[in-house]
Amino acid sequence: MVVGAVGMVAVAVPFLKTWSPSARAKTAGAPVEANISKLQPGQLIIVKWRGKPVWVVRRDEKALATLEKVVDELRDVDSDESLQPEYAKNWHRSRKKEFLIMEGICTHLGCSPTYRPEITSDFQGGFFCPCHGSKFDFAGRVYQGVPAPTNLTIPPHYFVSDDVILIGEDGVA
Amino acid sequence: MSEKQTGTGLMGWIDARFPLTKMYEEHLSKYYAPKNFNFWYFFGSLALLVLVIQIVTGIFLTMHYKPDGDLAFASVEHIMRDVDWGWLIRYLHSTGASAFFIVVYLHMFRALIYGSYQKPRELIWIFGMFIFLALMAEAFMGYLLPWGQMSYWGAQVIISLFGAIPIVGDELTLWIRGDFVISDATLNRFFALHVIAVPLVLLMLVVMHIIALHEVGSNNPDGVEIKKNKDENGIPLDGIPFHPYYTVKDIVGTVVFLILFSVVVFFMPEMGGYFLEYANFVPADQFKTPEHIAPVWYFTPFYAILRAIPDKLMGVIAMFAAIAVLFFMPWIDRGKVKSVRYRSGAFKLLLVMLVVSFIGLGYLGALPATETRTMFARLFSVGYFGFFVGLWWISKNENTKPVPERVQ
Amino acid sequence: MRAILIIVAGLMLPAVTWGAGGGHTYPDDRIEIDWDDKAAMQRGARTFVNYCLSCHSAAYSRFNRVGQDLGIPDEVVRDNLIFTTDMNGDKTKVGALMKTTMTPEYAEQAFGITPPDLSLVARSRGVNWLYNYMRGFYVDESREGLGVNNGVFANVGMPHVLAELQGLQAPQYKTVTDSHGNEQEVIVGFELVKAGSLTQSEYDKTIHDLVAFLDYLAEPYKQTRKNVGTGVIIFLFVFLILAYALKREYWKDVH
Repeated sequence: MVVGAVGMVAVAVPFLKTWSPSARAKTAGAPVEANISKLQPGQLIIVKWRGKPVWVVRRDEKALATLEKVVDELRDVDSDESLQPEYAKNWHRSRKKEFLIMEGICTHLGCSPTYRPEITSDFQGGFFCPCHGSKFDFAGRVYQGVPAPTNLTIPPHYFVSDDVILIGEDGVA
Repeated sequence: MSEKQTGTGLMGWIDARFPLTKMYEEHLSKYYAPKNFNFWYFFGSLALLVLVIQIVTGIFLTMHYKPDGDLAFASVEHIMRDVDWGWLIRYLHSTGASAFFIVVYLHMFRALIYGSYQKPRELIWIFGMFIFLALMAEAFMGYLLPWGQMSYWGAQVIISLFGAIPIVGDELTLWIRGDFVISDATLNRFFALHVIAVPLVLLMLVVMHIIALHEVGSNNPDGVEIKKNKDENGIPLDGIPFHPYYTVKDIVGTVVFLILFSVVVFFMPEMGGYFLEYANFVPADQFKTPEHIAPVWYFTPFYAILRAIPDKLMGVIAMFAAIAVLFFMPWIDRGKVKSVRYRSGAFKLLLVMLVVSFIGLGYLGALPATETRTMFARLFSVGYFGFFVGLWWISKNENTKPVPERVQ
Repeated sequence: MRAILIIVAGLMLPAVTWGAGGGHTYPDDRIEIDWDDKAAMQRGARTFVNYCLSCHSAAYSRFNRVGQDLGIPDEVVRDNLIFTTDMNGDKTKVGALMKTTMTPEYAEQAFGITPPDLSLVARSRGVNWLYNYMRGFYVDESREGLGVNNGVFANVGMPHVLAELQGLQAPQYKTVTDSHGNEQEVIVGFELVKAGSLTQSEYDKTIHDLVAFLDYLAEPYKQTRKNVGTGVIIFLFVFLILAYALKREYWKDVH
């Protein structure tokens, strides 16, 4: 009986393991570099990493200023529940205040939110997910009362130089 | 099994080796069905018909389709344009998917109103629920194959649901996708599951469903057991052989169904964006989410329940609970009377509440969420689950009408 | 029937709810496509290959198929519809897919994105949207390099390719208050500021024909589909009568 069960499990494992990401998929998941020297204040560029859109946003002073104003409306101001490397667990959620590097995938159901840089009386700017109406501030922190459960994910990244970032590795800096 | 068929000729030769005549008699010519079936009883055989349509058209589609992230979308358009009559096969298959759910929902509703899930038909109901489950899996995976925007993002949303499971969630979604996002790997495995794995399970379940049915016999609109009243030959007094009576009757139902089916296939294959969503005419793009993601109409009631609940994990649990609760129907209903004809006003009221909630949820699930709509979705979700709670409550001591001895 | 049904733009459309998509667009007219009017589709095909196909492809469709369906002989297709060349520099074959000559890399540089394939655009966007979109370009100097914006598709990256035909138009605004009490400016009309080679009604007709062609392109077999369908349904009705008679015959003795 027991031997039979062990045999069954042993046979099942290889079959189930075939569903894990293949070597090809993992290779495509290698770190990517992005040059940010031409990024204008307020601008967002999308870098493809592991097939996911990763945003690199250069936040201006005005955008950074809103991060203070919205704290009362956020669900998880200190990013206790979200995924980010330790060095991005701060009020601006990045290594350098100016540059936000973040996965452009909603923590609700995986849609890609849109960038809303305009600061209006209704909305202090940030990101809005068209699928189910989740709202995030300029640091990807989620607002209260929207379906997304946590802040947007910050991928591992570091500055290779002032102009180049590497997404996918923590580096040493 | 007393006397063996001692026929001569080819049939005799076969019967000595394979119980062909016996099977024919058991399931068709000597399967006695109640004589009072009404139109609700068409949907079982129609479901079988749609299953055959889906399998046949599906086989022919696989001859031209390419399960490859770079080629899939174009290969569907290749079928639609370059392959002779390819458009017909494809529309039959896409319309068949929706028709399947229409027929199955009506078939399930029939079981609810006439108590066809009650003792001794619990297993028929449970096999049926597994068929429904397999069908949802089949439809969901099939919908990814055209590799349009809705295919892609719909799958993204549904697979992400598993991410709500604590601890293993993220690993699980990665394992299901086989990549960090929905990609070629996902498409290829969904193709394999859609064309062979799930259909095999589905066929097996259908056989079990029918064997179980023919073991206990069919229920009927009066909810009377016809086997209680038999003549001297052991034939139910209110029964008639399935063949030829119900075969000729079902042909009529089949033709009516095919007329409606053809109207959709030939004149409105998109069905206003419900059977084929407009955004699915745009190839999948993993960097651009469509403005509004709506699942295909047959998933919208459950999707609306998901959205109605502000917490992700709770929403996912509620959505799966909405399906799981149906499995327990035979035990939730503690009543002894089967048919709605002899049940209490409270039961009828609950039934109306269920139908209104289900349709309401289905309608809301297809629309973008606003505050008012979310309020209604919550109301209908309560209505949906309220049916089961209410049924359990009222069926203990239900004020029913007397059930006749024989069918009316 | 080539009647263009014009339903006056809904000025009082419920104003934009933030992020919910949709909202106010102008123009907002409706058209009907007459599938028997092959001449209109032929004119549309001409406009399409002259103006659209240089950047957009229709890569699921074939030149000769278009010719067959619209009643254009292969030679005429070769001489009048095909302006592209294949990889060897020879003229594209009539049986080839309708691909643009512009490479995706070039497009990416020039426009930032690859212009979408138009084979199915009439199915994903709908004919009314296309009709309005192609008539919705207006002067907007703030848009670098393009100089135009669109009343239907705000901030679209496409230049006004048909400006030489339509001319250029400037928007007229009106301030409306939405349900949240916010005031915003919406476009309610256009005024021609630079004439093109066509009058407004000629231009509208050109666009109508172009959209008719795109509608054809999205589902070339649409008419076959309906013809076959009519036959099938007639057959099924005959079958129904017979099946019903058979059922009654068998069920005579069931009470």
